[in-house]
Amino acid sequence: MFAYPTVRASFIFLAVALLGLLVADIAITTANPWQDLGRFFLGVATPNFFSTEGLLTALLRTVAFAFVGVTLGSICGFLLALVYRFLPVRIFCAFIRAIHELFWALIFLQFFGFHPLTGVLAIAIPYAGIFAKVYSEILEEADPEPGRLLPPGTSSIAAFLYARIPDCWVQMRTYTAYRLECGLRSSAILGFVGLPTLGFYLESSFSQGLYSDAGAMLILFYVLIATMPLWLRPKLLPVYVLAAPFFLGDGLPIVWGNVERFFTEDIIPSPIRDGEGLAAIWAWLSDVLITEALPGIWNTVVLTQIALVATGILSLLAFPLISNHFGGPVRRTSGHVFLVIARSTPEYILAYILLQLWGPSMLPAVVALALHNGGIIGHLIGRQTNTIHLRPDAPVGFSRYSWELVPRIYRSFLAFLFYRWEIIMRETAILGILGIYTLGFYVDSAIQNIQFDRAMVLILITALLNIGVDALGRFIRRKLALQTMPTC
Amino acid sequence: MAISNLRKWLATGLLSLAAATTVQADTFVFTAIPDEDETKLVERFRGVADYLQEQLDVEVRYIPVKSYAAAVSAFRNNQVQLAWFGGLSGVQARRLVPGSEAIAQGVEDEAFETYFIANTSTGIQPADSLDELEDELRGKTFTFGSKGSTSGRLMPEFYIRDVFNEAPDSLFSRVGFSGNHTRTLRLVEAGTYEVGALNFQVWEKELENGNIDTDAVQVIWRTPTYPDYQWTIRGDVDERFGDGFKQKMTEALLNLDDPALLESFPRSGFIPASNDDYEPIRATAENIGILD
Repeated sequence: MFAYPTVRASFIFLAVALLGLLVADIAITTANPWQDLGRFFLGVATPNFFSTEGLLTALLRTVAFAFVGVTLGSICGFLLALVYRFLPVRIFCAFIRAIHELFWALIFLQFFGFHPLTGVLAIAIPYAGIFAKVYSEILEEADPEPGRLLPPGTSSIAAFLYARIPDCWVQMRTYTAYRLECGLRSSAILGFVGLPTLGFYLESSFSQGLYSDAGAMLILFYVLIATMPLWLRPKLLPVYVLAAPFFLGDGLPIVWGNVERFFTEDIIPSPIRDGEGLAAIWAWLSDVLITEALPGIWNTVVLTQIALVATGILSLLAFPLISNHFGGPVRRTSGHVFLVIARSTPEYILAYILLQLWGPSMLPAVVALALHNGGIIGHLIGRQTNTIHLRPDAPVGFSRYSWELVPRIYRSFLAFLFYRWEIIMRETAILGILGIYTLGFYVDSAIQNIQFDRAMVLILITALLNIGVDALGRFIRRKLALQTMPTC
Repeated sequence: MAISNLRKWLATGLLSLAAATTVQADTFVFTAIPDEDETKLVERFRGVADYLQEQLDVEVRYIPVKSYAAAVSAFRNNQVQLAWFGGLSGVQARRLVPGSEAIAQGVEDEAFETYFIANTSTGIQPADSLDELEDELRGKTFTFGSKGSTSGRLMPEFYIRDVFNEAPDSLFSRVGFSGNHTRTLRLVEAGTYEVGALNFQVWEKELENGNIDTDAVQVIWRTPTYPDYQWTIRGDVDERFGDGFKQKMTEALLNLDDPALLESFPRSGFIPASNDDYEPIRATAENIGILD
């Protein structure tokens, strides 16, 4: 069995995660975790839709920010995709997508403040980096044949528009629509740092233990995402896109002097700002690295590895829920509902909920990351098993699962998992804002202390770590010859 | 099809920028640090906004924020002109905005206190001095309030370091930041953390309203007093809202005597304050490295 590289890789990752478990801080620290969990589910079962007058407005803002952010991101991403073959562009894109939406929001909050631009750019910038990469991959794989048939002298722009784009159009449209769903999730969590989206009210209700109010908000959010195929019609899209900017709310006016100040003063390391010598700069930097960056990196990596393996295990357990090979339609429908809920809930919100219920340790984060990511991968490979036709006399039940299906989907399962590795790490870092000691914790602390120079160093380190894991993930996927479609 | 869509998208992008730069010029905006449950804050400060609007003849708007730093940043960025800050956030804000002034504080803020509270299951008994509690506290779990809080972070951390000569995360087995005082109270009451530190006014008010299960949580130590909350205003408000605006604002705050509004703070009234009153807070913050 160990002769297979995929099996060897799996066991190496499993071993790393088990070692991680030995050093990780895994605990339930609340006295009555199950009682609180029960109250939470009771709240979801008895939702109160009339708690805040602002609830519908918040939902509208959530959609508006998602539309404007994703639209802007896709336009910029498309333009970047055209020049993606240049190394500096690729590095630039890798960098902007390595920084999480919430970090971008925290940065823009410092100089744009509570202006809609903060939320729009927080979504648009990282999304532009992702769109650039995916669009360029789609364009690259386009059939070159139509281009060759064009008469000589056709301008390259015309050739691109008439020979290349039509071939890629459907794929690009599908991916962009899929990204919009991700955009809704991103938009919702921006509320946690003060933008007027759903997260704003969700955080308030939750922290006050108003579970019925919070339950209503979660239900509205699920309905919004689950009904996307109904309201997101191609014909209506231009209407949405044109209308969205007018529903972002007014916020507060931008004071442009703040922008200049942020870039020329705030983020300059304090020893340089104060004109101290090289020694002081070194002392400052090593202080940031040793007391904040190193513990942050360690916790981020440990948590990521555990969450990655937990995600894998959960995906493998979850895919039969929606697979045609098991159970009847009733069971499959409830399986679908469970997986839709798991993958529609942003891991940040899941982690927030579980942290409130179980107290602070890495456990809520691991469970949240595994539920969300496992929901996504389980859904994808579950759907894939539905295209597999087995012999009529194939075994049933557990034998079918372990001897027929898992071996057949294992490679694409690993491909999805390694693809999501970097995404899991990006999320792990951001969960620090909730109080787990990953890099986000130290970024948040620096921002709370109004030390943006420190915050920027830590955000840069987080970005580099993500780029590193992304590269490693791609290397492993290439080594194992795994291919996948992007997910978010 | 591709081109027409692209054109639509571009037009939208420009529109969104245009829509986003709409400015409302003459609204006076204020905020407050989110130190308590949000519904309470909104109720409290909407009342204050109405009162100020009536007194000052300008449109006054309160905006809620999600963190202490967000309040400081909004003040610094001139998106808000007045803020109800804690001792530390006020010092941070006034350092960042030259010319800004502390104009009023609550009567109780001259001599504010932090209460250390413990879940009764720990068996920790109240003590007169913190060093008597060393054995009981060691290895327990502990929560501060917000990272930027004076009564929930700065002063308790200062006394922990001062008395035990070590950092909180070496004395306690687990150190957390609950986010606000009400939350600290709930977490220690529920046993999520064994010990916590919070604003004494929040404790007293919740106790008076019967919202504390005194069988589950009790006060174990009270810090010496220090100056805390205050209203801080930007130095450039006179230029923007007319001569004497700052003076009028100060008077309006000092004259606030609506018992329902005061009760929501909870303060018995507001008295004059000055930047110098907060010198001890600045020194303490520098001492433990929160301020450079």
